[in-house]
Amino acid sequence: MLLLLVLHAVAALAAPLLVRIGGNRVLYGLALVPAAASGWALANTGQLRTETYPWVPHLDVSLALRLGPPAWLLLLVVGGVGAVVLAYSARYFAEGDPDLGRFAGTFLGFAGVMTGLVLSDDLIVLYVFWELTTVFSYLLIGHSPERAAARRAAMQALVVTTAGGLAMLVGFVMLGEHAGTYRWSEIAAGPLPDGGYLATAAVLILAGALSKSAIFPFSFWLPAAMAAPTPASAYLHAASMVKAGVFLIGLLGPAFDGVVAWRSVTLAAGVATMLLGGWAAMRQNDLKLVLAYGTVSQLGLLTVAFGAGSRAAALAGAALLLAHALFKAALFLVVGVIDRTTGTRDLRELSGLGRRMPAVAVTAGLAVASMAGVPPLAGFVGKEAAFAAFEQGGDLDRAVLLALVAGSGLTVAYGLRLLWGAFATKPGVPAAVPERAGPGLVAPAALLAVAGLVAGLLATPLDTVLAPWADTFGGPAYHLAHWHGPGLPVLLSVVVLAIGLSVWFGPARRGAWPEQRLPAAETAYRRVMSAVDRAAVEVTGATQRGSLPFSLGTILVVLVVIGAVTLGLGAPWPAGIRLWDSPLQLVAGSVVAVSALLAARARRRMTAMILVGVSGYGIAVIFVLHGAPDLALTQFLVETATIVMFLLVLRRLPAFFSARPLVASRVMRNVLAVGTGLAAAGMAYAAVSGRQAVPISVDFPGLAVSYGGGTNIVNVALVDIRAWDTMGEISVLVVAATGVASLIFRRDGALRGRLAEQGVPAAGPGAGWLRAGDIPEARRQSIILQVVARLLFHTIVLFSIYLLFSGHNEPGGGFAGGLVAGLALTTRYLAGGKPELNAAAPVDAGLVLGAGLLTAVGTGLAAMVAGGQVLQSALVDVHLPVLGHLHFATSVAFDIGVYLIVVGLVLEILRSLGAELDRQHEAAASDAVPQESPELPPHAPADAPPGAATASPEATPGLAKEPV
Amino acid sequence: MTPNLVYVVVIGVLFAAGVSMLLERSLTRVLMGMILLGNGVNLLILLGSRAGAPPIVGGAPQAEMADPLPQIMILTAIVITLGMTAFLLALAYRSWAMSGHDEVQDDMEDRRIMLLAERDEGSGTDDTEEQS
Repeated sequence: MLLLLVLHAVAALAAPLLVRIGGNRVLYGLALVPAAASGWALANTGQLRTETYPWVPHLDVSLALRLGPPAWLLLLVVGGVGAVVLAYSARYFAEGDPDLGRFAGTFLGFAGVMTGLVLSDDLIVLYVFWELTTVFSYLLIGHSPERAAARRAAMQALVVTTAGGLAMLVGFVMLGEHAGTYRWSEIAAGPLPDGGYLATAAVLILAGALSKSAIFPFSFWLPAAMAAPTPASAYLHAASMVKAGVFLIGLLGPAFDGVVAWRSVTLAAGVATMLLGGWAAMRQNDLKLVLAYGTVSQLGLLTVAFGAGSRAAALAGAALLLAHALFKAALFLVVGVIDRTTGTRDLRELSGLGRRMPAVAVTAGLAVASMAGVPPLAGFVGKEAAFAAFEQGGDLDRAVLLALVAGSGLTVAYGLRLLWGAFATKPGVPAAVPERAGPGLVAPAALLAVAGLVAGLLATPLDTVLAPWADTFGGPAYHLAHWHGPGLPVLLSVVVLAIGLSVWFGPARRGAWPEQRLPAAETAYRRVMSAVDRAAVEVTGATQRGSLPFSLGTILVVLVVIGAVTLGLGAPWPAGIRLWDSPLQLVAGSVVAVSALLAARARRRMTAMILVGVSGYGIAVIFVLHGAPDLALTQFLVETATIVMFLLVLRRLPAFFSARPLVASRVMRNVLAVGTGLAAAGMAYAAVSGRQAVPISVDFPGLAVSYGGGTNIVNVALVDIRAWDTMGEISVLVVAATGVASLIFRRDGALRGRLAEQGVPAAGPGAGWLRAGDIPEARRQSIILQVVARLLFHTIVLFSIYLLFSGHNEPGGGFAGGLVAGLALTTRYLAGGKPELNAAAPVDAGLVLGAGLLTAVGTGLAAMVAGGQVLQSALVDVHLPVLGHLHFATSVAFDIGVYLIVVGLVLEILRSLGAELDRQHEAAASDAVPQESPELPPHAPADAPPGAATASPEATPGLAKEPV
Repeated sequence: MTPNLVYVVVIGVLFAAGVSMLLERSLTRVLMGMILLGNGVNLLILLGSRAGAPPIVGGAPQAEMADPLPQIMILTAIVITLGMTAFLLALAYRSWAMSGHDEVQDDMEDRRIMLLAERDEGSGTDDTEEQS
């Protein structure tokens, strides 16, 4: 069975390509796939097959497939009708239709999930396939996405059936938990203990089943779905998908035997649907819509039969389901033929087709006869059984029987209307001149119609196969047969035909009933959808103001309110409080607080930046006093790097912040700021007081030495205990560096130029010691500074490497080392500009970042290859001849990766925010005089600071903007 | 544990100053607000741990050592802040180069939805109109 599903999936994926290569004929080959499903079912007639594959063991969901009698019947229909309709599509679509490949793929995909649906034994798996059929139905209804009607109909079908499906899922879970199993075969084995719980589940499941089968009040989506290509309508919306709902009712019927809601809802909704659908079918002028409303009506009949819960009714449902699939699909294909050959489906415009297309007319006649219940066709067998099932019951059954007779009478009437409308010669209407319909179009329809006759004759074998399933329902014995002999059911069949004929030759023929659709439910759908849309606009408009300060303010207000309320209601207020650990903390804290407050008030960018920096250095001092030398070291270095970055960018930006907003909003902001500060301080105060548990880090000192092989706990933890965390962090750094570069080098040409320029060879004796010395830019820079930077550079880099390797046992490590090396590069850049930077680091920053990431990941993987966990470190002891004993942890390699990434980040920042910004402004300044540069925004030359404009009037070509 | 009052006050001040800058429209100012706020959060994490000698085995008895775990988390945070600062600075510069200022503008789509809400109209995406 799994093989069948795989076969469908493969065929669906290959179909578009195959159709493009082989044209329409390929569809005949593809039709073999659903035919195989049908053939497999035939080969296993009367047998019970199960297959189970584990899927989600944690949720106890397995891919449980089961072929029992109901699945057997459905599989025959799904596979058989699918194959015939697909073969029909080969001729229905024009040769070389560009959308045919997509249609064939979607169609086969649908056939596959429908096969899965009927074979599922697990309710959750069934639900998955159920929703997949909805998705494929959506795609097939919307086959012509350029038509608004198709899009709307597809969306409508999707919304209605998915809404029902979600209700059904809840019902499934309730049922599964109630029964203790999600296998429907086990659930249906016996009636479950009753109660409101089970009734609720029943109603929820019915919501899904009825919406899928287009039962009142969900009927409206099905006629709209006729926007689909006719083969899709014939298959999905007549033969297979809409049967899923009634099929489910048939599957779960035994389990809900005692639930009143189950039976009353199915009977009431089914009867109403049958009568309303039949009534509406009488009033359509589009042949396809006549069939669509007829389908709705017949689905109502099926719901009544499967919902009744008696043996005879269940058999009647099964026979009717088979009969309906055959005759309705045949009729849809006939309408497709008429549409293709005459170009219209409007029965007011068609005349005289019966004489010109006798084979088509006979096919349609045979199908309508089955629909009307003429013996010995399949429709008659089913209808007989249905009448027999309701013949002997109480008042309720008799009332249902009456409704069934009336509904069947309408069925006969609209069947006649269809035949008359399609084939009759109408006075005053010019005779239609159809194109020739080849056997490829007519034969599939005829095949299905004849199958209806054969199925009627095979009623007794069918009864034998279905008997084990029918026995799970209670009720008197009944057997399907193509002729039961005289009795009430036969009499009723005659009455039905009489009603149909009299209605047709009575008021309907005279045109007394104008065209009309089922209005109420669709209007309700529109109102609901419009209301949802309006509500979404209101809610979004009220919450998404589109303003960053507003959004942040909202978040902060929530923080302040919740924080204040929680603290007020009873935080664990501490018994005591310390002023400080050492008085120096007060000094450092004051510096931090005062400079932060001044920064918030500053109006010049540079002032604010320096104050923020001072505040950060103050934090570093606090770290020192707290006993965190690694933190202090990193904070000092990061703060320095931050200041350099700010300087690089702020030299290009205006000196002052832009104009401040209104006083009112400033006051609001300050109130919020003070509130947040108080809330944060209060929460900090309360949270620390509430801390009682022993910190998990008490074991860290021992673990750091024994497992990590180092004595600096913080650094060992970074590269070992919390190495995954560090891995994520350095990945973020790589992404940030890449982001910076792509924001600053805004053109492809500039990015290419960036790579080319770094090809400058490292400084050799012939090239001059100071690289910046031979370009005009150097005139603005201090030679002394360049020399000092040169002299210090290697010492600083050496120190950074020392920090890297000593970090395992002393303060330091990859981060600190990388930052120190980065600052060495920064010094070179500040002293000599881009040439000096390129001389110091003649590599691409991306290369350094990539090498770092590779080293870090490689260390982790190496540990895994060696048999440990990812990023696990090992201690290695090596004896070298000269150096002697060497003891190190493999996590040092990870730290080297971190080091390289930090260096790469700084290098990328210097190249982007430093060198490239210089270049852009040099270019803007040199372009400003002769012409406006199209590459740069027009204001750039005007806004450039005076320094940039006078910087280098005689800029060399190498510094001007590169060719693009 | 008894909290350290200096820390509590500094955390409050850093949060207040950070928030007041964060609520501005100038991107460089927002970024400075983030940095101040980040320092406040780092201090908040540190507040929950014991101060003491540097957490280096062999330097001091374990009982006198500062708690290493908050330090590890803060170290990660500090370096991440560096990356974020670089990115936001590049963003601010680009914004200035493209539009002449580094202010965060209102989202036009959101404004459009607000207008629809004021006019009591739908978005027109419910697709239920009869005529196409």
